Amino acid sequence: MQATSTARPFTTKKEFYAQFKKKSIAHELWLRFLKNKTAVMGLIIFCIIVVVAITAPWITNYDTVVIKMNIAERLQAPSMNHWFGTDELGRDILARIVYGARVSLLIGISAISVSLMVGLVLGGAAGYYGGKTDSVIMRGTDVFLCLPDVLLALAIIAAFGNTKLNLTIAIGLAFSPKFSRVVRSAVIGVRDNEYIEAARSIGALDKRIISRHVLPNSIGPIIVQVTLYVANAILTIAALSFLGLGIQPPTPEWGNMLASGRTYMRDFPHIVMAPGLAIFFTILALNLLGDGLRDTLDPRLKH
Amino acid sequence: MVRYIIRRLFALIPVILVLTFIVFAILSMTPGDATTIILGSDYTPELGANLRVQLGLDRPLIVQYFHYITNLMRGDFGMSYVMRAPVLDQLRPRLANTAWIVGSAMLLCVSFGIPIGIRSATKPNSFFSQCTMVFGLMGVSMPIFWLGLLLILLFSVKLGWLPSSGLDHGLKSLILPAVTLGFNYMANIMRTTRSSMMEAIRQDFIRTARAKGVSEHKVIYDHALGNALMPTITIIGMDVGTLLGGVVLTETVFSIPGMGRLLVEAINQRDTPCVLGCLVVMAITVAVSNLIVDLIYAYIDPRVRAQYGAKARKA
Repeated sequence: MQATSTARPFTTKKEFYAQFKKKSIAHELWLRFLKNKTAVMGLIIFCIIVVVAITAPWITNYDTVVIKMNIAERLQAPSMNHWFGTDELGRDILARIVYGARVSLLIGISAISVSLMVGLVLGGAAGYYGGKTDSVIMRGTDVFLCLPDVLLALAIIAAFGNTKLNLTIAIGLAFSPKFSRVVRSAVIGVRDNEYIEAARSIGALDKRIISRHVLPNSIGPIIVQVTLYVANAILTIAALSFLGLGIQPPTPEWGNMLASGRTYMRDFPHIVMAPGLAIFFTILALNLLGDGLRDTLDPRLKH
Repeated sequence: MVRYIIRRLFALIPVILVLTFIVFAILSMTPGDATTIILGSDYTPELGANLRVQLGLDRPLIVQYFHYITNLMRGDFGMSYVMRAPVLDQLRPRLANTAWIVGSAMLLCVSFGIPIGIRSATKPNSFFSQCTMVFGLMGVSMPIFWLGLLLILLFSVKLGWLPSSGLDHGLKSLILPAVTLGFNYMANIMRTTRSSMMEAIRQDFIRTARAKGVSEHKVIYDHALGNALMPTITIIGMDVGTLLGGVVLTETVFSIPGMGRLLVEAINQRDTPCVLGCLVVMAITVAVSNLIVDLIYAYIDPRVRAQYGAKARKA
């Protein structure tokens, strides 16, 4: 590109200097990411789901379509009026899926924000300080890791009840031990770099070094894990709701739609198709995206 | 080796203590009062207060925990609030059902996941390998409760080959739950085996082995596999926890009276001792299986074996 552009006269000064400007790392990473077809597909699917979730109030009406029963139209097969059919109370399944996306994404993302915060503090401290701090924190997470995350979330819900806030906190806390480990190993990867030593030698405080130098440089693997764990969190919400311990009907949630549709599925299989596909595609999109990001951001695979 | 095992067994004790304490502490924070659940409509403040003293609920948390753990060591899981019977009596018959499902799911995964992963790694650009990658990705993205429903629709409702619920038909009724539970797990094992195998095959010692004229079969199964199996074993061990989480869902889908189902029922009925019992059993299972993985690791890895072997010889 540079060879051809020198032949062409520059019209403005700005354009002339632009060719010498170094492309930002973010831009380079973005170009590398775009080469990964499956990852881009994951990103597109996920974006569609997010847009649908955000624009849900314009697509359909919550009070008159999503939660209001309409016995006359119950258990209809997919048709032009109801693309995915209707459920056992005559509600349009598509409308419920659309609103269900809001619940899943909101809780999934906020739960992972909770575990990210816990993970950044604990993992950051363990990785940066090492030694005793590290072994105390890591032994703690080891113990928590013996409790499968679904079960830990179940314990918290059993104790405090299943409001949306409790669900978010339960899932967030359930994933934090794993996150602490991820952050720790990412931090250990950059801790001994020279720029960290340089920052320390000019007298920067630990707090500043961690927040300004260590964490921004270890963000790559953390982003990858965030993507994969949002998928996990969404799956966990659906699982808890399926068990009747998560989001309660009539609020539409993919898991509780499957649970209530189960009774009717022998004669009306369409009722369990759409919610399952919705979960499947969301998780698949996030997994594709996460794998793609790992290929892009993971330094071990850099050429 | 024996010293290593003994040392690891002792290290398990504090883990189990802390683990049970965490579960105990979380569940003791349940708002409301256990006595209202036990007494139901007979509840009066005096009776409630009496019962609370009787159950030891008026004492500090740490004292309550101490009582619980000493009873637990004698195999006493406490009394269920709802059934008014020992929790252990409820756990025991259900434990076997859960063990059957988890065991068969695990067997299924290991016996399919590892060979498919190996084959896919040795021919990474073949059609077979592409298929396994797609299958693997779908496997890890599949919500198992939905998979269970789909399998019931296909094999029980449409084809009528396999029973859709319970465990009364012997091995036949175990197939669907095992496949459902094991699906994610198998995909995960397969993907891990594939990637670590591919990494192992690229190593120099493989080239050396081939250059020496070792047969391809021996190169793959002796030289590469021994080195590639470590991450797979880690995943197998780590995912026991995930399997126990999944078994709760599988038992719900197939209406199997197992421990997972008991846990969910107990949570719904706010039967704290029963919830505690289930969680404690599951947590200990995971801790023990982690230990087993570590021991297998030590057994396979010549470095660990040599370290402890040498020490034992000196001593």
